[in-house]
Amino acid sequence: MLRDFELDMPADLQETLACLPGGTPLAGGTNLLVDLRARRESAERLVWLGNIDAFRDIKIEDGQAAIGGGTTVGDILRHPGMERAAPALVDCARVFGGQMVRNQATLAGNVCSGSPAADSVPPLLSLDAELCLASATQVRTIALDDFYTGFKKNRRSPDELVTGISWPVPGPNTANRFYKLARRKGDAITVVGVAVTVTRDGNTCTDARIALGAVAPTVFRAKEAEALIIGETLTEERVDEAAQKAKELSDPIDDLRASADYRRDMVQVLTRRLLNQAWQSLGEKEAGR
Amino acid sequence: MSSEKAIAVQINGIGRELSAPANETLLDCLRRHGFFEVKSGCEKGDCGACAVQIDGEPVDSCLTLAWTVEGRSVTTLEGLNDTDNPHPLIAAFLEHGAVQCGYCTPGIMIAAEALLRETPEPSDDDIAIALSGNLCRCTGYTKIFAAIKQAGEVLRAGGNDD
Ligand SMILES: Cc1cc2nc3c(=O)[nH]c(=O)nc-3n(C[C@H](O)[C@H](O)[C@H](O)COP(=O)(O)OP(=O)(O)OC[C@H]3O[C@@H](n4cnc5c(N)ncnc54)[C@H](O)[C@@H]3O)c2cc1C
Ligand code: FES
Ligand code: FES
Repeated sequence: MLRDFELDMPADLQETLACLPGGTPLAGGTNLLVDLRARRESAERLVWLGNIDAFRDIKIEDGQAAIGGGTTVGDILRHPGMERAAPALVDCARVFGGQMVRNQATLAGNVCSGSPAADSVPPLLSLDAELCLASATQVRTIALDDFYTGFKKNRRSPDELVTGISWPVPGPNTANRFYKLARRKGDAITVVGVAVTVTRDGNTCTDARIALGAVAPTVFRAKEAEALIIGETLTEERVDEAAQKAKELSDPIDDLRASADYRRDMVQVLTRRLLNQAWQSLGEKEAGR
Repeated sequence: MSSEKAIAVQINGIGRELSAPANETLLDCLRRHGFFEVKSGCEKGDCGACAVQIDGEPVDSCLTLAWTVEGRSVTTLEGLNDTDNPHPLIAAFLEHGAVQCGYCTPGIMIAAEALLRETPEPSDDDIAIALSGNLCRCTGYTKIFAAIKQAGEVLRAGGNDD
């Protein structure tokens, strides 16, 4: 039995925002209901988001991708345009939870849960995603990169709802990948998650993102590692330097899934592997055109 | 106490009214109303024994609040077990011995039915991804995979083979 709470069922966005001061948004419930049952969460009034019109819409146009605040991980997998608009996010969706959890879990809920192991966050960071936040009195956007302030802490105020997530669609010279290291492929908490984006012009890497999950209090971008490869040719040495730097920037913990040392080593291995794969996939494209 | 209300919902194609308090999960509510084919395992999203479809999408009913299915259509295992037209998964599971204790079976069939609708000819990898939220402690999964593939063949050939 779940502990006692009230449940608001607002009919649209306006009503939802009016319920939020004092209410806790309930999306897929795959974090919230588990936490309520385990008595880690004590919300007294939940606000169901499932009646908001068009809240699961996905739009890909004019070089921008935008998903609604209620878009689920399953929606990402089923949308034919996502393969191009967010390759790393599709990599992530395939290994996220199990089928039922994927159909319930929303991206916004994943981002707001703020776990350092939240799998959609490295891909979304690697894509320069922005969140749209709305309250009854204002609407604002914030870069995901500026969202987290500490372990499970973020800049959303309690009366704000994440109404959408958007990012620029990567161009043809950009590769974007995610790898989740866990005890098994599906339905397992991430030991290390790495997402990379590489843009290649001829023999130069013109832009790069490296985002690391489950190795610090928040998911974060290894910006000093990115700086080591931007403007460079991704030779073995350059990639090794960036991977080494990513490892140094990680600050993981020991837990029952893996030791901190193992996590640090895996950051290096996976960063190196993904950068090489991304760079080479673009080389093949260049050669082929 | 949470307030109680009656929710209108289609279950396996039949309109029903279920009463439920705000904090009741769909799992508890369905079982309280006699839908015992929906099983309770971990009650935290790990095992898939409680899986049902809402508007055709498999979800864990232990992580769904009963009120939130108002006006929607819920399918349990019994929805696949129409006596005149049983889903080919049922014959295939029997034939392959893919059921031992049977506790995981309702959830696995709910997950597999959705897989076969989207991917009529699934690879081992497709099945593994579709079933990664369903735990079976008995079979070792091999026979389940074989049964799902066979049901896919039957469906591709145009329906029941008996
Ligand atoms: C069995 C199982 C497997 C899992 N596997 C994975 C996995 O592989 N990878 C992973 O990263 N996570 C996993 N999770 C965790 C969870 O599924 C995800 O974090 C999920 O994305 C949460 O989304 P939700 O819609 O269910 O959020 P909810 O549980 O509904 O909400 C989570 C939090 O976000 C808030 N919130 C939700 N939506 C909004 C919004 N639009 N605006 C503002 N606040 C909001 C809620 O108030 C709550 O605090 C798993 C969970 C389970 C039970
Ligand atoms: S009882 Fe719902 S997933 Fe285990
Ligand atoms: S047959 Fe016993 S749990 Fe699957």
